[in-house]
Formats: sequence, structure tokens, C-alpha cells
Amino acid sequence: MFKYFEPNKIFSITSKAPKYVLFLFIVILSIGLTEALILSPEDYKQSHSVRIMYVHVPAAWISLGIFSVMTFLSIVGYIFKIRNFFLIAKSLAPSGLVFNIIALVTGSIWGKPTWGTWWAWDARITSMLILALFYIMYLIVWRISENDDKVFKVTSIITILGIINVPIIKYSVDWWNTLHQPASINILSKSSIHISMLFPLLTMTAAFALFSLLIFLMKYNTELIKIKNKGLDRL
Amino acid sequence: MIENLFFMNGYGLYVWSAFSFTIVSFLTLFLIIKIQYNKEKNKFIVKFGSLNSERAAFAKSQSINKEILSNISNI
Repeated sequence: MFKYFEPNKIFSITSKAPKYVLFLFIVILSIGLTEALILSPEDYKQSHSVRIMYVHVPAAWISLGIFSVMTFLSIVGYIFKIRNFFLIAKSLAPSGLVFNIIALVTGSIWGKPTWGTWWAWDARITSMLILALFYIMYLIVWRISENDDKVFKVTSIITILGIINVPIIKYSVDWWNTLHQPASINILSKSSIHISMLFPLLTMTAAFALFSLLIFLMKYNTELIKIKNKGLDRL
Repeated sequence: MIENLFFMNGYGLYVWSAFSFTIVSFLTLFLIIKIQYNKEKNKFIVKFGSLNSERAAFAKSQSINKEILSNISNI
């Protein structure tokens, strides 16, 4: 099954896909921004500041999702010695970190009018900050180490340690008394968010997911060409 | 209508700051990754061009190398 993940087989797809993904991203983002900034209603309590949710929440979701995928790829890659899985995980990391930073910064901006402060050492916010540190550590290890086997091992350890933090982020609002509000969207039970706000939220999430796919494809292609450059040196 | 879109009952500064930060972050990341991609691709083209005909033929026999050379204008 893993032979389908060989770089030679998938490069022909990944090299052509970015322009289509970019086009789709621009279309979906335009719809999402129109919905989020103009068409969606203001909240009865938070007024227009609720619109920050449309960038804050999707960014946090995607940042958590990317880290979970990176962990899965690192573990499977390490067990089955699939080098390409590490390459995919490495290519996902930059967009994961940027989404994490967006979630922290937009959360901070939202905090000022809502809680009266830019920052609080609240369980949800602190655990998101810790996730950003794991992303940074992961990327630093790739940058400073030359030995591939060592990088695979260390990055796998970082993702395994970091993934412990993911359920903490998710359930921090239930486990502790926090400033941060509990989840408004539940897959298993009824969501407390109205459809008029849910639609722009999901549209923006789709746009952000497309952006992370675009960055992943471009980064992955870059990494493959880097490997091929080394191959040409050896010829 | 337009005034309401900008000021948003006094929350405009916060809302627009959050959206602007997001878009600027997107653009910055996109440009950084694109610069890295172009740099590696140009390096590949230069290295490929410096190969002698025998080595170039061998390198071109690998499908991925052919793909890289044929996708020069892509993102």
C-alpha cells in the first residue's frame, strides 16, 4: 500500500495541483470573507466582535489537525521506515505553525473587547502556546540537524510529546474553570451555534484548509527538488 | 452601511486587525514558500544544465527529474 506514497509517483500530481488549489482557495476565501464580514449577523452579547471567531476558530482547528496528522505520519513513518512520511510531516509543519500563531494573535485581539485583557494565563490559551512551542522545536530540529536518522527520531519524539497536549487543549475548557468559553460546535451532540454563523465558519474553515493544502504542496515539491538536487550532485 | 462595515459599533478596529493579521500571515507564508521553491528549482535547472550529455540523459530517464523540468512555469 505504501508504494503509492513514493515521491516519484506523486510528484506529477503535486507539481500540477497548486495552481488549481490556489484558484479554489481564492474563490472559497472570497465567499467566506463576504459571509463573515458582511452577511452574518452580529451576536446579541458580543456584537460585531464575534466576527473574529471566523478566523480564530478555523485557525485553531487546522493547527490542531495538522499537528495530529504530523504525529500520525511520524509514528507510522518511524515504525515502517517510510522516509516520505517524514517529508510530508515536515511540509505540513509551516502552515500548522502559522495557523497556531493566527489562533493565538486573533484570540488575543478578541480577548481585549470580550474579557478586557489581551492575554490571560488561561488553560486553553497556555496550552495553545505550548503547541506553538512544539511546532517551533519541530522545525528547528529539521533546520539544524544534518543526520536524517537522528532527525526522524527526534521529530517523532517531539510530535509524540506534543500530541499529549492536543486533548488537553480540546478539553481544557471542560476540565478547568477558564476565561475561554466552551465549544459551541459538537459533532456528537447538538451545537449551540446558529446556522447563520455556522455557515460562514465552515466556509472559512474550508478556505483555511485549502490554504494549508496549497502551502503543503508547494513545500513538499520544494523538498523533493532539494532531494533531487543532492541526487544530481552525486551523478 | 459602509460606515457600519468599517466601525462595527466600535469593534471595527479589533475585527479588521484580526482579519488583516490573518491575510498578512497568509501572504507572508505563501511568499516565503514560493521563494524557497523557486530557489530550489533554479538550482536544479542550473545543475541539470551543467551535466554532460550522458549524465543528462541518465538524469532525464528518472520521471521526477523530467517532471521538474517540465513544470518550470508552475507555482
